[in-house]
Amino acid sequence: MTTVRHAMTYFESSARRYRYVFRGSMFASFLNPILFLSAMGLGLGQLVDQQTGEAVIDTFSYVTYLAPGLMATTAMSTGASDSSWPVVAGLKWLKTYHGVLATPLTVGGLVLGHVAFVFTRVLFVSLVYGLVAVAFGALELPRALLAILPAGLTGLAFGAAVMGFSSYLDRDVGLANLFRFGITPMFLFSGAFFPITQLPEFIQPLAIATPLWHGVELTRAAGLGVSTSWHPVLHVLVLAAFTVIGLSVARRKMTMRLIS
Amino acid sequence: MTTLPLRVVPRRFNFGRSGRIVERNLLVYRHLWGVLISGFFEPVFYLFSITVGFGALVGDITMPNGQVVSYAAFAAPALLAASAMNGPVFESFGIFFKLKYMRTYEGILATPLTPRDIAIGEITWSQMRGALYATAFVVVMWAMGLILSPWGLLAIPAAMLTGFAFGAVGMAATTYMRSWQDFDLIFVVTLPMFLFSATFYPLEIYPDWLQIVARFSPLYQSVDLLRGLVLGVIDWSMLGHIAFLVAMLISGLIMAGRRVEKLLVT
Amino acid sequence: MPSDSLVVAKGLTKRFGDFVAVDNIDFEVRSGEAFGFLGPNGAGKSSTMRIIGATSPASDGFIEVLGLDPEFHGSEIRQRLGVVPQEDNLDPELPVDANLIIYGRYFGLSRSLIKERIEELLAFAQLSDRAKDKVDSLSGGMKRRLTIARSLINQPDLLLLDEPTTGLDPQARHLLWDRLYRLKQDGVTLIITTHYMDEAEQLCDRLVVMDGGKIVAEGSPAALIQKHSPREVVEVRFPVGVQEGVVNRLEDLGSRIEALPDRVLLYTDDGDRAAEEIHKRGLFPETILTRRSTLEDVFLKLTGRTLVD
Repeated sequence: MTTVRHAMTYFESSARRYRYVFRGSMFASFLNPILFLSAMGLGLGQLVDQQTGEAVIDTFSYVTYLAPGLMATTAMSTGASDSSWPVVAGLKWLKTYHGVLATPLTVGGLVLGHVAFVFTRVLFVSLVYGLVAVAFGALELPRALLAILPAGLTGLAFGAAVMGFSSYLDRDVGLANLFRFGITPMFLFSGAFFPITQLPEFIQPLAIATPLWHGVELTRAAGLGVSTSWHPVLHVLVLAAFTVIGLSVARRKMTMRLIS
Repeated sequence: MTTLPLRVVPRRFNFGRSGRIVERNLLVYRHLWGVLISGFFEPVFYLFSITVGFGALVGDITMPNGQVVSYAAFAAPALLAASAMNGPVFESFGIFFKLKYMRTYEGILATPLTPRDIAIGEITWSQMRGALYATAFVVVMWAMGLILSPWGLLAIPAAMLTGFAFGAVGMAATTYMRSWQDFDLIFVVTLPMFLFSATFYPLEIYPDWLQIVARFSPLYQSVDLLRGLVLGVIDWSMLGHIAFLVAMLISGLIMAGRRVEKLLVT
Repeated sequence: MPSDSLVVAKGLTKRFGDFVAVDNIDFEVRSGEAFGFLGPNGAGKSSTMRIIGATSPASDGFIEVLGLDPEFHGSEIRQRLGVVPQEDNLDPELPVDANLIIYGRYFGLSRSLIKERIEELLAFAQLSDRAKDKVDSLSGGMKRRLTIARSLINQPDLLLLDEPTTGLDPQARHLLWDRLYRLKQDGVTLIITTHYMDEAEQLCDRLVVMDGGKIVAEGSPAALIQKHSPREVVEVRFPVGVQEGVVNRLEDLGSRIEALPDRVLLYTDDGDRAAEEIHKRGLFPETILTRRSTLEDVFLKLTGRTLVD
C-alpha cells in the first residue's frame, strides 16, 4: 500500500517536471500523426490501393489499415523513449534517482510511479492519434476512441520492459543498440505497415514474439472492428506479462544499484 | 601561426590539430567498435522491409522516363539519403552533451587547440563514420540487387556529401540548443523532410504546391541525386543538387566555426 | 619590464555586457614563484585566470603571457601552460590513462614521449593502480590529482590552478598541497586562485587580494598580515540575542573591533589580556578564542566582508 502511495508521489513529481516541456510535447503529439498519416497513408496509400493482394488491406483503404498500426507503434516509441534516456540519466548521468531515494520514497514506488506516468502519457498521445486519424477520415468514432485502450496497454508494456532493460545500463551505447536492434525492427516488421504473413515464414515467429505485434493486433481490432489473430485475452496477457516482468526487473536491478 | 618560434613547439605542431579530435573519438570508440559494426544492420532492416513488405504492397514504379523499376530499387537510394542525413544529425546530440554537460571541450580549449579545430575535428569524425555507414549501405543494396547501374558506385561519395552537408548545418544548429528538449525542433525539421522528399513515392503523387515545396527540400536534392545514380538516370539537374548540398556544407561550416568560438570563448 | 616576468598585466579589464568582472588591475608574475589571487567567490579571480589561460579575451588593458599577447597567440601560449580548472573537466568517456594520452596528443606530443611521462605522472598523482579505471569511479580528490597530472603532461612553464582544493575533504587537501609544494620545489611557476586564507598562506610566495574585480592589496602573506592587522585576534561568541547589547562595552579592548553576525572579533597585540578583561567586566560569552591574525582578517579589514560566505 505504501508503494502505491509512493508511486502517486513520484507520479506527481513527474507530472510537475513534464509541465516544462508540455507545449513542445503537445506539438509533437499532433505533428507526428499528421505527417505519417499524410505521407504514408494518403501518399503511399495511392500506390498501395491500386495494387494490393492482401485480404485485410483490400477491405480498407491503406490509410485506414495503417492508422491503428501507427497508433500502436507511436505508443511503443513513446513508452520506450520515456523509459530509456530519462531512466539512465536518473540512475547515472544526472543521478536524480539518488536524490529521490534520499526521501522516504522507495525504489518500488519510483518504478511504479514512473511507469504509471508513462502510461498516462501514452494514453494521451494515443487519444491525439485517434482524433487526428478521425480528421483524416482514416478512422471513425467511436472506434477510434476504443483503440486508445489497447494502444495504451502497448505503451505500458514497453514503458515497463524498457525500464527493466535501462536499469542495467551505464552508457548510451546500450540504448542505441536497444533502438537499433529492438525498436526499429519492431517498428518495421510487427504488422503495422504490412501483415506479418508477408515476411518469410521462418521470421514470422520472431514477429509474433514481439510485444508490438500483439499491441498492433489489438489496436487494429479495436479501431477497425476486425478480429484478432489469437483470442484477444491472449494478446492482453502477453502485454501484461511484459509489463509485470519489466516492473519487477526494474525494481530489483535499481534496488541493487541505488541502495548498496 | 607560421611565425611560431620552433623552440616553443615541436616541428609537426601545426599539422592537423583537428585530427587530434578524431584521435580522441577513435580512442573512445576503441572498445565500442560494435557500435560501428551495428551500423550495418540498419540498412539491412530498412531494405528488407521495402523488399518484402512495401514492395509487395506497391508493386513496380514507372519512372518519368518510362523506365519501370521495382519498388525496392526505387525506395532504396532514398533510404540511403535519409540515413546519410540522420547519422550526423543524431551525432549532434553527442556534440551538444560534450559542449554543455560533460565540459569536455573546456578541457580541450586549455590546450593549443582552438574552437575551430574542435568544430572541424568533430565534423570530420562524423564524416568518417558516415562514410563507413554509406559504404555498408551501398554494399547491402548491391547484394540485394538494388544497384541497377555502374553509376551506383558514385552513390557512396554522394551520400558522404549529403552527410557532410547535414553534419555541418546540424552542428551549427546544435550550438543554438539551450537544453535537450530543443532537439525536438530538429525532428520537426527532419521528419517532414524524411517523409516528403520523394522518399517513398514519386514526386508526382503530391499535390502541385507540395511538389514545389519538396523540390526545395535539402533532402530531396540528395534523394534525387542518389536515385539517378543508382538507377542510371544521369542528367544535368544532378549538378544543381550537388551545388545545393555544397552550399549547405560551406555555410554550415562557416556558421558552426563562428558559433562554437562565440560559445566557448567568452 | 623585467625579463623574468611570465605574466604582465596593466589596466586589465573584463566585461560581460554591463557587468565588470575584472576592473582595471595590474599585476606581474615572476618566474619560479607561487603567485596567488585571494578573494571571495565572484571577485574576478576565475575571469582573470581565463584571460591568462588564453581562453577568454580581455576587454581592455594590456596583458602579456610568456611574452606573447593571448589574443593573437592563444595556441602558442597554451602550448606552454598547464591549466587546472575550478571544476574538473576530465573526459568521462575515457579511462584514467587515456585521459592523459589524449591530452598529451592535444599538445602535439609524440605517443612514445607521452608513454614515458604517464608513468611518472600517475605515480605523482598516486593513481598508478587506477590507470585503467573509469574517471567516474574516482573520488573527488583523485579526480583533482588526475587533473593536475593532466596539466603537467606538456611540462608547462606556468601552471594555473583555479580553486584547486575547493570541495575536497581536509585529508585530500593536504595531500594536494604536498603535491603542489613538490612542483614549486621543482621550479614550476604557479598561479593559484583561492578563497581559503590557509591555502593562500601555505602555498603563495606573493599574492594579491581581490574584491569586486579590483585588487585591494598586494604582498607576501606575512607582510600583508603585518601591515594590515595587529598580531592577535580574540573571537568572542555570545548567546543568541545578547551580542547587540554588549558590543559597545568591548570597543576599547582592542585597536579595532569587528561585529560579525555570529561573533565579535577584537584585534589586539595581547589577546590573553583582552580575554581576561572581558571576564573582569562581568561579561560571560559562550566561547572565547585567541588566535593569530590571518589573511582572513586582512580581507575583513580591507573590504568589511568575510572571504567565505
